[in-house]
Amino acid sequence: MRDLLSGLLQRARERGASQADAYLADEQHSSVQVRLRKVETVTHAREQRLALRVFVGKASASVSTSDLSHQSVDGLVDEAVALARLTAPDPVAGLPDPGEFASTIPDLDLEDSDGHRLTPEEKIAIAQRAEAAALDADPRVTNSEGAEFFERHAHYAYATSEGFFAAYPTSGFSLTVSPVASSNGEMQRDSWYTTARKRQRLDPPEEVGRIAARRALRRLGARTVKTAEVPVIFDPETAASLLRSLAGAASGPGLYRGTSFLLKRLGTRIASPAVTVVDDGTIPGAVGSRPFDGEGLVIRKTVVVNGGTLDSYLLDTYSGRKLGLPSTHHASRDGSGVSVSTTNLYLAAGETPPADLIGSVKSGLYVTELIGFGVNMVTGDYSRGAVGLWIENGELSYPVEEVTVAGNLLTMFQAVDGIGNDLVMRDRTSAPTVRISRMVVAGE
Amino acid sequence: MNSLLTPLMEPRSVTGEIARPERFFEDRFGLTSSRLERLLGSALVGRVEDADLFLEYRINEELVLEEGAVKKASRHVSQGAGVRAQSGERTGYAHTDEVTLSSLEEAARQARAIADRASTAAIVPVKTDRRPHDLYSIPLSPVAADLSKKTELLHRVDAAARAADSRVCQVIASILSEEQVILIATASGWSVGDVRPLTRLNITVIAETEGRREIGTYGGGGRVPFDFFLEEERWKRFTAMATNQALLKLRAIDAPAGTLTVVLGPGWPGILLHEAVGHGLEGDFNRKKVSAFSGRIGERVASPLVTVVDDGTLPNRRGSLNVDDEGTPTGRNVLIEKGVLRGYMQDRLNARLMGMAPTGNGRRESFAYPPMPRMTNTFMLAGQDDPEEIIRSVPYGLYAVAFGGGQVDITNGKFVFSASEAYLIEDGKLTAPVKGATLVGNGPEVLKRVSRVGHDLRLDEGVGTCGKDGQSIPVGVGLPTIRVDGITVGGTQV
Repeated sequence: MRDLLSGLLQRARERGASQADAYLADEQHSSVQVRLRKVETVTHAREQRLALRVFVGKASASVSTSDLSHQSVDGLVDEAVALARLTAPDPVAGLPDPGEFASTIPDLDLEDSDGHRLTPEEKIAIAQRAEAAALDADPRVTNSEGAEFFERHAHYAYATSEGFFAAYPTSGFSLTVSPVASSNGEMQRDSWYTTARKRQRLDPPEEVGRIAARRALRRLGARTVKTAEVPVIFDPETAASLLRSLAGAASGPGLYRGTSFLLKRLGTRIASPAVTVVDDGTIPGAVGSRPFDGEGLVIRKTVVVNGGTLDSYLLDTYSGRKLGLPSTHHASRDGSGVSVSTTNLYLAAGETPPADLIGSVKSGLYVTELIGFGVNMVTGDYSRGAVGLWIENGELSYPVEEVTVAGNLLTMFQAVDGIGNDLVMRDRTSAPTVRISRMVVAGE
Repeated sequence: MNSLLTPLMEPRSVTGEIARPERFFEDRFGLTSSRLERLLGSALVGRVEDADLFLEYRINEELVLEEGAVKKASRHVSQGAGVRAQSGERTGYAHTDEVTLSSLEEAARQARAIADRASTAAIVPVKTDRRPHDLYSIPLSPVAADLSKKTELLHRVDAAARAADSRVCQVIASILSEEQVILIATASGWSVGDVRPLTRLNITVIAETEGRREIGTYGGGGRVPFDFFLEEERWKRFTAMATNQALLKLRAIDAPAGTLTVVLGPGWPGILLHEAVGHGLEGDFNRKKVSAFSGRIGERVASPLVTVVDDGTLPNRRGSLNVDDEGTPTGRNVLIEKGVLRGYMQDRLNARLMGMAPTGNGRRESFAYPPMPRMTNTFMLAGQDDPEEIIRSVPYGLYAVAFGGGQVDITNGKFVFSASEAYLIEDGKLTAPVKGATLVGNGPEVLKRVSRVGHDLRLDEGVGTCGKDGQSIPVGVGLPTIRVDGITVGGTQV
């Protein structure tokens, strides 16, 4: 890996690049899907991608290839330099300053060290156990879109023309179950999943299946509601999606382009004092952790929102320089170039049990799923399809569908008036239950 | 392999030479037809019911202008092969980005090990009498077009948007170009190739006044050469649409909340069909009986005014294909005829398992994925009504002309799609522009409420990308102006 990258960077220099960096991903992944207890699809794959970014003076270009032959790699360099000569010079373009690179690479325990790789039969058995638990949970679970077990092993390496080189291995596992419940001609699907860097940390298959079944069953009998402005409670999964929107708006590229509703709001109150949002890439073994960012900068913990105040944007080197701020070490890398991404993003837990948040609502909506793309990142205007349960006198009373919830993300985060104590770091973005004092629920 | 079908055209490849897919993979990787035949034959035939090999070589190029300068240029090459073996409902799929005979043999071995359990089944040929089409032979692939012409166009877009109005404060414009060369060889003994150009111009305009900022987006493209954007000054129209949308939204009022009569404008609002009925009519969901449309062929699911087709054979369209990603020629498939549900969209696997014919809808994002039933260009046929008169017929409602994305829950049929440009209709007249709002409805019900269909069928400009199970593919939609008597509008004005 090291030789391949240094050869590539050397050649880029020879061809006229003043600076360059290169990134190599080498992945193997496999999956099994079972449906109605039988094997449906089994896949196996190996993928590699070599990406190169060059700077010719202050102009830059990115190229990548999945063809790692000598001829192709040489062609890649020539193509990158030719493309860069076409782009306009940009005064802030370039690699991070030399002193900024990570000097030690932490071992974040991101790879499953269990020497035993599961055979396809063993993976099939895990998926079958999970799906069976859903199918056997209730006679109304009559069908299934199946269960999938997914496994990935990857090596990533990053090098710069200034001599930085680092590499790390990772692994990832996930198990998803998607049952279908039916009653009186109505069909409802839902799903549940578990994901982890290490297989032993996955939730037990039977538990995943039972939760998936419970989620599908509780949707049976769903109906719409009368249009009203009411308190809305987001369950942990849907609350996490609000965080993803917030993080998108706090990300550098949208800010310097002027396409974010958090423009010019650094250091100001953007949310209720109850809201603290943290991005922490240093958590050992967590699914979003990485030892260094996509530009070789040391990974760290960033408080994005601190007691309601926007404390930090999420920046890579370029967007930071555009905004006159240092990188927050959130560069991420894939085949297509450098972008900004979060690591492990979470909303800090509150002190209220989720049942008490629900209990505090006389009439309102408990949201369990959001669909559609109704978020305007420039204005924060928010309008999405929702599925959930109607709250009546503090109790979850009946399932709701074919409604929307609407507001504006800035007002919504200001209107957070309850945060649950139920934060579980289930995925790259995690949140506890969140109560928003008022939103418009549109239905009949 | 008994015969090699070749595409009817002699397309120009990215190298500027005349190339056929068969020759391309032979020259580049030494994969001759006899080698491929041996691979599929020895590895798979007689052990599984269906098997195929998908070879792909793809170039993607992107140029992005922002802040008045083309600062981003990128080019990506992807190549690889996927081998699939099927036995009953069981599919084995292995793919590799190393295109050598030995890695293909390894992939074939793995695919077979996956699929081959009990059966000694013979290959079941899935028949089609269709011929491959010739829908997008173009003089010069968009990835081969001169880069300086592309950057010049981006600068012209930027200048035109900024000149249009002083409130325009940011323009982001990009040109995406792609060429995909594929070769499909099946175990029933034939192979077919295709060379697929694709390009798109995207324009985003940000306008600002008195502290309020808004965004307008527009764009288009297709399986067309780069010069498409220059014809009829198409780029100027795209730029004006994006700019006007941003300016209009600066004075938009909050959208109403509740169930309203909605008039959808022609073209891209056809995303309604894609979400409300399209996905629910894909063969895989219906074989599994998890679609809200399962078992309902022959039933009335829409007003008699409504006929919906999925047509992969429209020349140069973004969603069109000469053959699908399993080698089946695409077709014009009637989904709903005068309100009655007529057919599903099928790939080979689901067609075989349901005892139906493949419809040319087996598609995949790349060699890294097995194919599944997907849409091509999905649209409603034109009706009789005058579009202006349709608007005049509404006492109070919403007129929506531009949409962002949509999504559907296949199983319960509930779908959403988000309007990005809409107006109130009051007493039959368009009045205030309203802020974006998500529209939500029930697939098997919403088209029953279509009370007027205009004579102005239009297909979208060529921007759609459909995602399913993590696979993204280019698609088209289309719609005449229609009136729907009751969709829930997710605004904030109670």
